[in-house]
Amino acid sequence: MDAAALSGGFVNPAIDAARVFREVLQAMARPGRIAHIGASPPPGLSPAAASVLLTLADDTTPVHLAGACDSAAIRDYLRFHTGAPIAGREDAAFALGDWEALAPLAGYPLGSDEYPDRSATLIVELPALSAVGARLTGPGIRMHAQLSLPEIDPFTANARHFPRGLDFIFTSGDAIAALPRTTRVEAG
Amino acid sequence: MSAPNDQRERKHWMGLLARSRPGALAALWRDFPEGAAHAEEPGITWLRRPETGMVMVRGRAGAVGAPFNLGEMTVTRASLRLPCGAIGHACVQGRDHEKARLAALVDALMAGPLAARVDAAILQPLAAAEAQTRSARASQAAATQVAFFTMVRGE
Repeated sequence: MDAAALSGGFVNPAIDAARVFREVLQAMARPGRIAHIGASPPPGLSPAAASVLLTLADDTTPVHLAGACDSAAIRDYLRFHTGAPIAGREDAAFALGDWEALAPLAGYPLGSDEYPDRSATLIVELPALSAVGARLTGPGIRMHAQLSLPEIDPFTANARHFPRGLDFIFTSGDAIAALPRTTRVEAG
Repeated sequence: MSAPNDQRERKHWMGLLARSRPGALAALWRDFPEGAAHAEEPGITWLRRPETGMVMVRGRAGAVGAPFNLGEMTVTRASLRLPCGAIGHACVQGRDHEKARLAALVDALMAGPLAARVDAAILQPLAAAEAQTRSARASQAAATQVAFFTMVRGE
């Protein structure tokens, strides 16, 4: 196991994980809000995405690595720090990658009518994250918000599955924003 | 990766460290002169600071039957890297963070040039103490064995 993949966990796991959890919670509660978090990531992963995985992934949450994120360094990092099993997209609780690698959104678990929470959360690595672009309205948003989403149609298609569907966390560097399935997305 | 022999030996000493009595490892470390040079905090890079948790210990009835959950056991695990690059892992019985730290240190030193010295000063005494405890317990139990002359013992 490469030594570089072993380092970079939380320095103070209890406090750092609580802080990151709080930020993810706020990002999901207020779609469009961009916050900043960061742990030391392995090569190929942004600090924000690494923090989210260290906080939320454990041995009960299979993680699907898509595209360039499916590297030995990131696999070792996840295995050492979280114990999360690596899975294909059909069994994933979390899926990590950039937008081109994660798309198309078919194949991820959407949850069931009895348990709509048993769906995948996609952690999308973007080159940049800013409050411009697609227009978001819905619960947790006062009037409207804007977020630089890579596309519009997949999110409107996702909303048709409600209460089932996917949720999204967007990361870029140390910035994080989230899009729950209750948010309505339109062109901005 | 390492040869099967090396892995078996590493399993053996990691088990010795994990099962060592509280304070025994610390006492042996205190008497180990080269230890002081490596025990300094600034020299160590923590990959995982000692953290305590539970593992479910499983057994098999009669060693060949269906597996079952024997019970939960408290363990403390730690991983560190020495300045020379050697990585040490530890997963020890109990809640003693210091024991986990020393076990990881010993595991890391066993990968380096000090391996023979560490083996003689720390691992051998631990193995001897464990063997002595085991034989004492066995002889105590043997003293209570009853031989029936009218029944055939099921062996």
